[in-house]
Amino acid sequence: MDSRRSSRAVIDPKVRQVGFFTSAPLPPDRTQSDPPDPIRSPPLADASSPGNSLSPVMIPPPRHPSDSLLRLPHSPSDAFPPPSPTTTTTSLGDFSDDVTAASSPPPAAARVRGRGSSVKQQGAASSFPGGGFEVPPSVKAPSSVPASGLTTVSVVKLPPGISVEVQSDRALNSKPLKEKTSKAERRAIQEAQRAAKAAAKAEGIKTPAVTALANAKSAKSTKPSPQRNDSAVVVAASEKKGGDRSVEKDRKKDVPHPRMQYDDKSRVQKLKKRSVVKPTEARNRVELFRHLPQYEHGTQLPVLQSKFFQLDTLHPAVYKVGLQYLSGDICGGNARCIAMLQAFQEAIRDYSTPPAKTLSRDLTAKISSYVSFLIDCRPLSVSMGNAIRFLKSQIAKIPISLSESEAKATLHSDIERFINEKIILADRVIVKHAVTKIRDGDVLLTYGSSSAVEMILQHAHELGKQFRVVIVDSRPKHEGKLLLRRLVRKGLSCTYTHINAISYIMHEVTRVFLGASSVLSNGTVYSRVGTACVAMVAYGFHIPVLVCCEAYKFHERVQLDSICSNELGDPDSISKVPGREDINHLDGWDKSENLQLLNLIYDATPSDYVSLIITDYGMIPPTSVPVIVREYGRGQLWIYEECDPLASPGRCSDAVFFVDGLIFYPSQHLVLSFWFPDRPPSGLNNDLLERSDNFVTVAENGNFTNFEL
Amino acid sequence: MPDTQALVNDFLNKLKKRKIEGSQATARQTAELLRSVISQQRVPYTNQAGALIDAVKAIGEQLIAANPVELAVGNIVRRVLHIIREEDLSLTTAAIGGLNLSAVSDDENDDDRDGDSTLSAAAVAAAARSTLRPPSLQTLLEDTPVSAAVPQTSSSGGDSEGKTADKSSRSRKLKHDVIEAVNELIQDIVTCHEQIAEQAVEHIHQNEVILTLGSSRTVLEFLFAAKEKKRSFRVFVAEGAPRYQGHLLAKELVARGLQTTLITDSAVFAMISRVNMVIVGAHAVMANGGVIAPVGMNLVALAAQKHAVPFVVLAGSHKLCPLYPHNPEVLLNELRSPSELLDFGEFSDCMDFGSGSGSPLLHVVNPAFDYVPPKLVSLFITDAGGHNPSYMYRLIADYYSADDLVVQRRATAGN
Repeated sequence: MDSRRSSRAVIDPKVRQVGFFTSAPLPPDRTQSDPPDPIRSPPLADASSPGNSLSPVMIPPPRHPSDSLLRLPHSPSDAFPPPSPTTTTTSLGDFSDDVTAASSPPPAAARVRGRGSSVKQQGAASSFPGGGFEVPPSVKAPSSVPASGLTTVSVVKLPPGISVEVQSDRALNSKPLKEKTSKAERRAIQEAQRAAKAAAKAEGIKTPAVTALANAKSAKSTKPSPQRNDSAVVVAASEKKGGDRSVEKDRKKDVPHPRMQYDDKSRVQKLKKRSVVKPTEARNRVELFRHLPQYEHGTQLPVLQSKFFQLDTLHPAVYKVGLQYLSGDICGGNARCIAMLQAFQEAIRDYSTPPAKTLSRDLTAKISSYVSFLIDCRPLSVSMGNAIRFLKSQIAKIPISLSESEAKATLHSDIERFINEKIILADRVIVKHAVTKIRDGDVLLTYGSSSAVEMILQHAHELGKQFRVVIVDSRPKHEGKLLLRRLVRKGLSCTYTHINAISYIMHEVTRVFLGASSVLSNGTVYSRVGTACVAMVAYGFHIPVLVCCEAYKFHERVQLDSICSNELGDPDSISKVPGREDINHLDGWDKSENLQLLNLIYDATPSDYVSLIITDYGMIPPTSVPVIVREYGRGQLWIYEECDPLASPGRCSDAVFFVDGLIFYPSQHLVLSFWFPDRPPSGLNNDLLERSDNFVTVAENGNFTNFEL
Repeated sequence: MPDTQALVNDFLNKLKKRKIEGSQATARQTAELLRSVISQQRVPYTNQAGALIDAVKAIGEQLIAANPVELAVGNIVRRVLHIIREEDLSLTTAAIGGLNLSAVSDDENDDDRDGDSTLSAAAVAAAARSTLRPPSLQTLLEDTPVSAAVPQTSSSGGDSEGKTADKSSRSRKLKHDVIEAVNELIQDIVTCHEQIAEQAVEHIHQNEVILTLGSSRTVLEFLFAAKEKKRSFRVFVAEGAPRYQGHLLAKELVARGLQTTLITDSAVFAMISRVNMVIVGAHAVMANGGVIAPVGMNLVALAAQKHAVPFVVLAGSHKLCPLYPHNPEVLLNELRSPSELLDFGEFSDCMDFGSGSGSPLLHVVNPAFDYVPPKLVSLFITDAGGHNPSYMYRLIADYYSADDLVVQRRATAGN
């Protein structure tokens, strides 16, 4: 274990170490923790990982310290504690030796070097982590190593063009902590990690100068991937980071961007000029919602369909998805997001860079135009917004040196990975967590139709738990009917009712499971309209409300009511009640000036009503949402990007696979995700180990080596 | 007599089949029916009040059993009983006042105590108040004659034969008075909307935003009255699934020129933060100030409470029920047809699924009413003015006599 941990710490090549451990009482991890701008800077995210190495805690410390660190003068070798120069591990097997060696190194080594040219240096630095420790493969490593002799390299981006690399061993600090915790604990349980973090902190304070070790494993993991892509990517990213730092900061302040306000006439005009869809304004707009788009429904679809062959600016796949949004064939946050990403995949596959343009610029513009088309069809959900941000940042990260086909392949796999990890795997984790909250004899209430909740219910049923489901539904979508049908087919015992009867049915309910379109950082759950009513009544009855939401749907926006931002559906579906011909009072009246029909799509549930939010990071109280958003929001994606073995086994050498599908990234602060046992990553043979003692490491070329602790 | 029986049977059928919609219609028809029952009733020479009470109770029992959830029926039956007692009492007190037969009364008092021990202090007080003599200090001191008169008049099966001579003079008068009073009651029921609506301007200000759920004639009149007084305000109408009466209300409001926004029930929580006042109708008001209302009302009331929006209930006095609710969500509720929620054809295949035990996998719950506890109600506006929920019991004491609270002697259902 120890060796492993330490290795992890050592490994992080890209971690920017913030440096003051020696002098500053602050634990090093704090400083390091500063998460990069989540969107833009992948390297920063990496940088955060070192912090993690210190403390494997899932939740990194606040960023401010890091900022201060960033401002540090480059010169200060003194400022940074001397990390122990790490010895490169020669053989995998030699952990213990390495460790000892690592610990021994003199603290005095200077870690920080100011670099004139950020780009070049960074490139070296980045390459360094990977290659440095690896005995054989790392070319660049040697150069970096000799200079500092450090195990970990942290790249700090200074505002313009100046990057400071601090190399320090965090491994040391982290190491002692880690010994105590078992792997499983670390990855799976946040609490454990938290504790570990605390411990780590303490340790860091005590022994700032302790050097980290490089263990063979770490060395391996650090080993720079042979592909030049990675290094290139890193370079580019780091470059960007350095340059954009200040800009990014500014942007951070603004984030989230103010949304389009549709009562701003000039902007609406502009928007209309651009848009492919030419919607007509709804007749009787609801006064309160002037700031939201209120267009005539049902008119765009035929128009768009007729235009299908005329629009060459749009990729057919995107076009199709847009139509599906418009017609409501695809709904639900996850489904929409996946459909969109897959359409983008196709679009990217068929994309070719026009002459005299760069791929990253042009493709970003392309994607933007697709997105605005999709917005015309239906306003984006938060999940889609996050996915788009991810994609754009991935595009921006593509190094210029990469050939077009390679870049496209990279993006393709990036998207694939996003879908797998952020949505599919996340749901599996959520199901695993949530099922533990279902007991025999429970009566579970759910509202509408949430894909996550449905999976939970089905899984619990498959596990043989005895429970009953109450499905509460509402007009006008009646999504609950579809869920009801599916669940009854599976043999679950269901009770169906409508939302007005909620106080009647709530007497018998023991748990409420709700889905969410998004969870905002003040803990507000933004979800299908009516969710707030259900949560409120459940709260009144003292029944726990569990919200199931993948973390990629979290958003840093805050919202107190359901008015300021929302989506309006087709008003006509309010006045007509399908299947009830006797309800025709409003026939002919909906043209009247005085009558407005309001079809809200979402509402905001105050966090007081929510007992628990189940995410892929575990089960958290609503107050912890901002933590997840800040620390894992989009930074997480970068980590995946760097080390996801599923997509490119060679890139991440330190992932650990377990038989039960868990993947553990020791060198990253991301603790867990899953692979599908029925679809093992390429190159992964049956060397999977039980989680107890053994694990598997991945060698650089995709071969997996059995590794025993 | 036979024609009343036919009337009663007809009405019973309607009640059982839920053909009568709305508590106001039910109340009016009940009162009319009872009026004809009373007018057809042969009054014995002695103890007319007792005979009338018996007749009304017998029929009232059937009516209540026919639709125990429609509390207005029971309310009207009790109101009529109360009227009979009051009229009798006023006649009696007049007689007593004239003849001063205190000795006789005293004897009877003993009898009645044996026979009817359910007399409550409230009934005594009500009776005392309703006599023509106000409760002065003197009457309080000379308590005996008054209280003696009360039991006499209120004894149900009473065989008070003491006052035969006195009554002969007023035998015809009693029935006449009662019918007169029942007519007044019917009039009250019919005009309660107007009386409630008169208060509208006192509660609705300019630019108010009002939310309501479902449809209620009272609410419609109330809002319209405010509109007529040149107030301009906006109304959000929640449609009130599964009956969608809100559509009806919205149509009426729009027709009368009010700015109306129709929303789904699920959007109530979202919109209520922008609402100044919730004004709803009720199905019945219980003695504790709780409200039996169309399904969904509790949701609205909870949301209103969360956002500190006043929750105002409009209720005619015929909706005041003298009973205290016990488990009203279940006992004072009824489940309507699932077809309002699910299309049987659509789900017939699923419904056939059944586990081995034969119990179906799919249940559909479609309750008709909701219970809103008194703590969620800010104000009641009745035709007798505005009142707090905590005051309802007192208001009810004005309309009912305690003896009638339990109309059915044997069966407990519906009470």
